[in-house]
Amino acid sequence: MTTAIYRCLEKINNAIADNKTFLSDLDGAIGDADHGINMARGFGEVIAQVPQDEEDISIVLKKVGMVLISKVGGASGPLYGTAFIKAAGAVNGKRVLDLDDIIALLEACLNGIKMRGKATVGEKTMVDAIEPALSALKEGKEKGKSIGECIELACKAAEEGVEYTKTIRATKGRASYLGDRSIGHQDPGATSSMIIFKAIKKFYTDEIE
Amino acid sequence: MVGIVIASHSRKVAEGIYDLATQMTGSNHSIVQAGGMDDGSIGTDAILIQQAILSADQGEGVVIIADLGSAVLSTQTAMELLENETIKVVIADGPILEGTIAAAVQASIGATLDEVVEAVESARDVLKLI
Repeated sequence: MTTAIYRCLEKINNAIADNKTFLSDLDGAIGDADHGINMARGFGEVIAQVPQDEEDISIVLKKVGMVLISKVGGASGPLYGTAFIKAAGAVNGKRVLDLDDIIALLEACLNGIKMRGKATVGEKTMVDAIEPALSALKEGKEKGKSIGECIELACKAAEEGVEYTKTIRATKGRASYLGDRSIGHQDPGATSSMIIFKAIKKFYTDEIE
Repeated sequence: MVGIVIASHSRKVAEGIYDLATQMTGSNHSIVQAGGMDDGSIGTDAILIQQAILSADQGEGVVIIADLGSAVLSTQTAMELLENETIKVVIADGPILEGTIAAAVQASIGATLDEVVEAVESARDVLKLI
């Protein structure tokens, strides 16, 4: 019997695997063309190593993080890995998440990424997708929206963040070596973050609502 | 003796630098290489680096030298995992090959952690053509 959190991770893994070539091509335009390969490897290992029946969500998230820091290979390993490890700390011992938990979880992810990567919004990184998504969740909650509606708003905000990254130059990672030539290309890290949010939305719509 | 960890995206690079460094020091070293992924492919693995730090430590601290940006991120992640241990760990900012050689020589003659870090940093300015 698999838990909901495990099935959500499976949806994420499938989405990353489906977009492996697309993500590597994006990365090939302004980086070293391995983002899709690295993410697919990392999340493939997550599905293989994370317990399918562990109900404590914080234990599962911590394990996801520990796998990612070891099995991704590129910068997204320590970045996403740290995000999941910090997220685990925000939902310690929980077996069910409410909207406050989801917001705390995403805030911990974002703070972990910013601490590890030292990036802020406007530097053409995954932060440009995740920070707007978090703001959208918080706004949705303030307006009394349901979890499903909030997740939808977060996905839209992440999409807009990805579009925004096309208009700015890279200042982090290998893309930063290209300077102004990186303008016009969407950031691979922001794109994979958006893909993850959309997979979570699909999981929520298919299984929870 | 101060321990040294070589954190590279490439196992071949880390092993090659290890070979050069230990040729200078002989068996009098505490150098551990941490390069590439466990399947031999290019990339960095924070768990591998964490294990290398634990292996290299002889009680006087460990200096890590990394090759490129995400090797630094993986190393910082590894260091955070070791926060509850009493090992003193520092990333030294210098070129991975020349820095490791300089560090290895200093560590083998009994330099302190700070002196080994300084040796790596000084390697940034060494000119090769006279």
